[in-house]
Amino acid sequence: MDVAQQFFNIDVMVRVLPIVLRGLWMTLLICAAVVPLGLFGGLLIAISMQTRWRGPRLALAICIDFFRALPPLFLLIFLYAGLPFIGIHLSPFACVCLAFFLNTSAYYGEVYRAGFESVGAGQWEAARSTGLTGLQAIAYVVLPQAVRNVLPDLISNTVEVVKLTSLASVVALPELLYSADMARAATYNSSPMILAAAIYLFLLWPAVRLISRLEHRIAQ
Amino acid sequence: MSALSLFIDTFFRPDLIERYWLSIVHAMVVTVELAVCIIVTGIALGIGLALLRACGVRIVNFFIVVFSDVNRALPPLVLILLAYFGLPSFGINLPSFAVLWIVLSLVLAAFSEEIFWAGILSIRKGQWDAARSTGLSFAQALLLVVFPQALRLTVPPLTNRTIVIIKNTALGSIIGVPEILNVASTAESFVGNITPLTLGAIAYLILFAPVTVFGRWLETRFAWKRA
Repeated sequence: MDVAQQFFNIDVMVRVLPIVLRGLWMTLLICAAVVPLGLFGGLLIAISMQTRWRGPRLALAICIDFFRALPPLFLLIFLYAGLPFIGIHLSPFACVCLAFFLNTSAYYGEVYRAGFESVGAGQWEAARSTGLTGLQAIAYVVLPQAVRNVLPDLISNTVEVVKLTSLASVVALPELLYSADMARAATYNSSPMILAAAIYLFLLWPAVRLISRLEHRIAQ
Repeated sequence: MSALSLFIDTFFRPDLIERYWLSIVHAMVVTVELAVCIIVTGIALGIGLALLRACGVRIVNFFIVVFSDVNRALPPLVLILLAYFGLPSFGINLPSFAVLWIVLSLVLAAFSEEIFWAGILSIRKGQWDAARSTGLSFAQALLLVVFPQALRLTVPPLTNRTIVIIKNTALGSIIGVPEILNVASTAESFVGNITPLTLGAIAYLILFAPVTVFGRWLETRFAWKRA
């Protein structure tokens, strides 16, 4: 069978497994850096968006929409190619983290914002009137409820971040897709790509199922 | 050289702007063409699958769920590379534009199917019962009563998801589709100056900033409420 040889060649998969697993490790490292950074950056953005002053709020909204309007791959290439020109030399890993941080924290920020809006103003007022400081009211009263309300979106955004890491292959960061693509080119065989796809599915399918379940439960 | 002129020379060199702005405009046209193709086929397929799923045939639904899960879980770049390098083994040789169009249509179909399906699920059972009891057939009740109501709820999430997927047309640069990123980064490495990429950024902002703002507006306007 030609197709089986070309796509599901077990020999090839076994041979390239160490390289692909090293790629997986790099993918997990990028996620371990970008997901917490994005979650934290997004939270900062959403909290800052609650400010009463219109000027800063508008400036922040423009910033968020700027980074949401640019394709993440474009942002990555722009930073990768452009930063050295202004004297900033980052490693590919740092550059990937910076580009994805800018992109994902804008998205996480929007998710948190929707969450904050879903919590009634009364909660905030009640929390403040019991003597909690603003920060305490956010941390102990508003945020837990907000997160619960937008949990499907938070998970879905995190899945997007993991998928986003595959773009790092473009700046030659040897993550999962890059390693699999190198192995494909070296073996003239598509099986390494199928192996990588299987690993992505193994990582993300449970999360995708969970999102669907949560969303359907909200819909019903 | 002063800081300002250094900045201009790095990001906005006039002679390079003059040399490349027209090819960036052509690339914008390619991006828009791709976007229109992907939106039409992707959303049509998504609607078709969601309606098919509403018919409730177990085995069919199983395949719809698998299709939608796989296309939502895999990074689009993996799908694009698989299709681009894999299809020739089946004797199918497609131009890169077609590969990008098909793959992103499938991704959009998968996401939009889920969104339409959630919309259909959110319609109360009473709507079905009332529609059927007036004598409408199942298909009529679905198409004339339930789906139109479901559609309204799907607009904000569908718009935002569509924008995210359309921005993935930038991935076409990897397989040689002459869209904005491809043209801009090829020019950038040719002249060794960032200016073409700045033009690319401006092109993306012209195309996507308005729709991003529009998506945000839709979201606040029709916050996901049940009918």
